[in-house]
Amino acid sequence: MGLAVNLELKHTVLCIRLDGELDHHTADMLRSQVEDYLKKHTVNHIVLNLEGLSFMDSSGLGVILGRYKQIKSQNGEMVVCAISPAVKRLFEMSGLFKIIRLEEDEELALQALGVA
Amino acid sequence: MRNEMKIQFSALSQNESFARVTVAAFIAQIDPTVDELTEIKTVVSEAVTNAIIHGYENKATGMVYIEAAIEEDTIHLTIRDEGMGISDLDQARQPLYTSKPELERSGMGFTIMENFMDSVEVISEPSYGTTIHLTKYLTKNKAMCN
Repeated sequence: MGLAVNLELKHTVLCIRLDGELDHHTADMLRSQVEDYLKKHTVNHIVLNLEGLSFMDSSGLGVILGRYKQIKSQNGEMVVCAISPAVKRLFEMSGLFKIIRLEEDEELALQALGVA
Repeated sequence: MRNEMKIQFSALSQNESFARVTVAAFIAQIDPTVDELTEIKTVVSEAVTNAIIHGYENKATGMVYIEAAIEEDTIHLTIRDEGMGISDLDQARQPLYTSKPELERSGMGFTIMENFMDSVEVISEPSYGTTIHLTKYLTKNKAMCN
């Protein structure tokens, strides 16, 4: 099982929806897809929807942190939503919650960014 | 009764999923909880990823070796590579430390292994490779001890 990446621009917020497994193999693919998208579109903030994510390891943490730094360097924000208890544990372990905001679902995440 | 299995595969990132799913299928026969199964899959993924990225520096000619054994409610895993080895183990095991920040590594691999397993032993020798021994006691076993 791989990873399906769905990208949709809502106003200037890029919604990244992940379905499947995020490991070292699929993290490289996610990184290049998002980087390509950011080059071609005007994006102010990112919403990362993890509702369909069935597995994640530390490679996932790395690629998420990488995209956070990227949008942060353009003065943007990143909000993560619909996270499973297993993924939440990894976020807590790595301290990612201290810098990345968490919301219940995509709608609330968009609201938090002033869109929707 | 001790029950064992061994697999070996090319150090290719597409085999990370194969490795964790195979180990999970093997240990499923001693009825771990869903959380325990996720923990095992995660640590296998971490150790195999380390072997591929750090041990072999993404050279697919390398092989990764996994041995798994279940004995009562205990799981023993050994994940080994014959790659470049780790020169400073203490540093490698520090949370958030990574030797490859340019690859967006989080530096959380060993920390996750330590959190999800009951024991983590790393043996490494530069230019000979790295062997990680992991042990986990399933919760029903812990409950009996209490």
